[in-house]
Amino acid sequence: MSQNRKPSFLRSPMGLASATVVGLLVVLAIIAPPLWGAQASTPNPANLLRGPSSEHPLGTDGLGRDLLLRTLVATRTTVGMALIATACGAAAGLLLGALPSVLGARAQRWFSAVINTWLAFPVLLLAMLMVILMGTGTVTAVVALALTMTPSFARLAQTLSSKVGGSEYLAAARLLGVPKGRQFTHYVLPNIAEPIIVNVTMSIGGGLLALSSLSFLGVGVQPPSYDWGRMLSEGFEQVYTTPTAVVGPAVMVILAGVSFGMLGESLASFLRERTRGRALSPAKLGPAPVTDPLELDPLQEDVLLDVKGLSVSFPGADGWVRPVQDVSFTLHRGEIVGVVGESGSGKSVTMMSVAQLAPAGAAVTAQRLNFDGTELAGMREQVAAKAIGTDIGIVFQDSLTALNPALRVGTQLAEVPRVHQGATKQEAHERAVEALDSVRIPNAAHRATLFPHEYSGGMRQRALIAMSQIGKPKLIIADEPTTALDVTVQQRVLALLRRECEDSGAAALVVSHDIAVLAELCQRILVMYAGRIVEDVDVRMLAHPEQLAHPYTRALAASLPDLDTDRTKPLATIPGEPPDLSKPVTGCGFADRCALASDRCRTEVPVLVQHRHGGQVACFHPQDGSSPEDSGAAGSETTLHEAHEEGAVA
Amino acid sequence: MSAPAVPSVQTTEVPVPRGVGHLGRWSAFFARRLLRSVVALFVIVTVAFLVLRLAGGDPVRSALGATADESVVQARREQLGLNDPLLVQFWNYLVGLFRGDLGSSLVTGRSVTELVAGRLPATLELAGLAFVVVLVIAVPVGLAFALLTQGGRRRGVETGFTSVTGFISSVPEYLFSVGLVVLFGITLKLLPVAGANHGAASYILPVLALGLGSAASLSRIARVEALNVLSEDYIRTARSKRLPAWMINFKHALPNMLTATFTIGGTLLSTMIASSVLVEQVFNWPGLGTAFVQAITTKDYGIVQGLAIVYAAIILVVNLLVDLVLAALDRRTTLLETA
Ligand code: SF4
Repeated sequence: MSQNRKPSFLRSPMGLASATVVGLLVVLAIIAPPLWGAQASTPNPANLLRGPSSEHPLGTDGLGRDLLLRTLVATRTTVGMALIATACGAAAGLLLGALPSVLGARAQRWFSAVINTWLAFPVLLLAMLMVILMGTGTVTAVVALALTMTPSFARLAQTLSSKVGGSEYLAAARLLGVPKGRQFTHYVLPNIAEPIIVNVTMSIGGGLLALSSLSFLGVGVQPPSYDWGRMLSEGFEQVYTTPTAVVGPAVMVILAGVSFGMLGESLASFLRERTRGRALSPAKLGPAPVTDPLELDPLQEDVLLDVKGLSVSFPGADGWVRPVQDVSFTLHRGEIVGVVGESGSGKSVTMMSVAQLAPAGAAVTAQRLNFDGTELAGMREQVAAKAIGTDIGIVFQDSLTALNPALRVGTQLAEVPRVHQGATKQEAHERAVEALDSVRIPNAAHRATLFPHEYSGGMRQRALIAMSQIGKPKLIIADEPTTALDVTVQQRVLALLRRECEDSGAAALVVSHDIAVLAELCQRILVMYAGRIVEDVDVRMLAHPEQLAHPYTRALAASLPDLDTDRTKPLATIPGEPPDLSKPVTGCGFADRCALASDRCRTEVPVLVQHRHGGQVACFHPQDGSSPEDSGAAGSETTLHEAHEEGAVA
Repeated sequence: MSAPAVPSVQTTEVPVPRGVGHLGRWSAFFARRLLRSVVALFVIVTVAFLVLRLAGGDPVRSALGATADESVVQARREQLGLNDPLLVQFWNYLVGLFRGDLGSSLVTGRSVTELVAGRLPATLELAGLAFVVVLVIAVPVGLAFALLTQGGRRRGVETGFTSVTGFISSVPEYLFSVGLVVLFGITLKLLPVAGANHGAASYILPVLALGLGSAASLSRIARVEALNVLSEDYIRTARSKRLPAWMINFKHALPNMLTATFTIGGTLLSTMIASSVLVEQVFNWPGLGTAFVQAITTKDYGIVQGLAIVYAAIILVVNLLVDLVLAALDRRTTLLETA
């Protein structure tokens, strides 16, 4: 899959095309003047202002000189000026911008104020000032351009070098007493080179265009010298008689400007992708992976949500990434179920996919996704979202980012009654105030007119809960509802969430990485690891870790504080990392961290099966005694103890 | 494709400023920005003053030509105060500026202020109209293409969009002008191509020439901004409320992408004011730009000096306004920048 992704800049069509054109321009700049220079500047009074002919493909100018040859010869002046100006501007900017990083914080602040103001001045303003000083001419234009470029290079260098300036290796160099000059040349400069090269390339393109503008205005190159801008201004004088006179230099200016710009852009994206990688396009990815079909049981009566074989895939740099694989669970009406797992275990993605809110680009597949009697699997997202309507209410994790900063909180709540319940503007607003009031937001009528940033964190979270309730949902999905809050506020928000569920009879799925939160709120816990559900167990079992079947759940339960826990010690963590889901995981995802892992665990994926604790577990060596499939590999008390000791989530 | 650099508008949350505190902070921000602009203008004025005095040779001599009588040159120098000591000249110059005197022509001795007063409106009309056109085109186009290409979808459309806008934005304004003149004025003979005295029609080509490139580059920026906004949590919240698509896009996404788009748009406005010089030159527009080109050809650096100050002032005022509008628009801007 990745054989073509070796760093080769010229493989991208844009990179190849622009590099070729730039190469040709350089060749032209070198060979054109000696080859045709004399011919291009010899007047021919017999041939004035001619249109295109076979002898003069682009016609002739007011002195009868061949416009094609002049265009080609002018390459040297035009490109050369742009190169010199950019070189000067970059050099000056580099010095200005990179020096403060070794000078200290005050100098840096001072510099950025100057640079920011300087940046606002376009090349024409500086050209005006330079013209007064030096008159019109090539040097004036080049100096004006170099001065215009200086601040942007300085800012670039400053940003880059302040990164370097704060780096450890520079701090080390300072400690070792490396002289400042050497610090700059040996530590600062090498680390800022790449982005600067990219910017220089782009600036040559921009500079070339700016210089041609100046020459066009008569500020830059003066006759008898000529560059493309000068030729354009001369050509424009005869544009009514021979419009073709502007074609040659116009094409060249655009071609050169665009290809330097493109070369810079492709260099930049090449450097970026070399370090970061870019998601493959759908054509290269192929279809999203699907799971083997399952036997589907008939639907039960009191089930609100039945999920079977849910998988979610995202396009990644080396193929599909699968944060959720083959997830199945059921939720009864009025039931509160917790979903626990480390970040990256796929718990939030699962919930968002159920709610038809998966991010753009995600491929969601399921064999059954039955919500309140409606089968959503196979429906287009918009259709499914419509079918759900307001029956699923969602409490998001970060209330600051989940509320729209540009809209008043009341407006954001009132939208639901307005759109879904046919309320008038007035009614909708009243309902919004009521909803805020019901989550005990003091002075709700006034607060409804405020913006989210004018709320405190806890109040915002309560407003979010109110918003999830306002459509009278049958299911509430709460995604890490308390993570962003401090402990006392957490308790209140949890109590509120429980009360809302009890009052309305809604079922709830509560996602958290904190098993303690779920233990308080839920009746049942789903444990997720590496994109799969590994255990589905009654919450009361958490008080009896020895009853838990999956080694990971046991480790989690061990992190629950109880009377014996020494609160002064930091919670232990499970050593190791979850597997990289951008590569197919063979076997149990937990195998690398599991003290009980056997060969079978590494080659075969355990599926959820009924367990004697009344729930389900996906493990080949479930604890608590007998398992029909126990291969007898490792399940001894000592290893179990080990896992227990080290266990806790990060 | 490189994402365009977005000037840093800090949006980290700070304890909510209320009442007087908020106003106080806001006026402190305003004062700081105003001071910065005034200092910058002072620097430009000083430079503009110095370059004319320090230029090699006698600017009056070169303006009046080598054949002019020495007594005429001396009289003009005396009239312009060029024979006074430098500091006295500078002081008089500053005092004059405060009174609205932008200096005088080296050739005719006429007041630059009068020249500017006569020509500034045409330039501002041109740049202002073009700026409105740019915003009206760029914001919807950027949003539309962001919606089309969200989440890495439609790579072909994305490549097409970035290539076309990239190309258009790198064609300099004066080439657009020349192209439009050739196409509409000479080949099709549809629209007026010179001067501003053909009513509304005379605005069409200059405004287009000035706006097209900026519209293309702002569309690219608007698309990137819109993509950022569309991936924000609050858009997912809006989707979770199952609002109709138009409501999500226009009520929830649009206001949030405007802030950042305006930031860049504001910097584009200064660029456009400068580029109007070129467009004016091609279309023979009766604005400051054509006056500048004439002044160069006649080597009348007194006029150039006055114009430089006017352009610098316009640019600084525009940037100041953009900053203030932004601070008012983005309620979460901290206003507590370091600089
Ligand atoms: S025992 Fe095997 S199947 Fe069970 S958690 Fe450990 S590695 Fe996975």
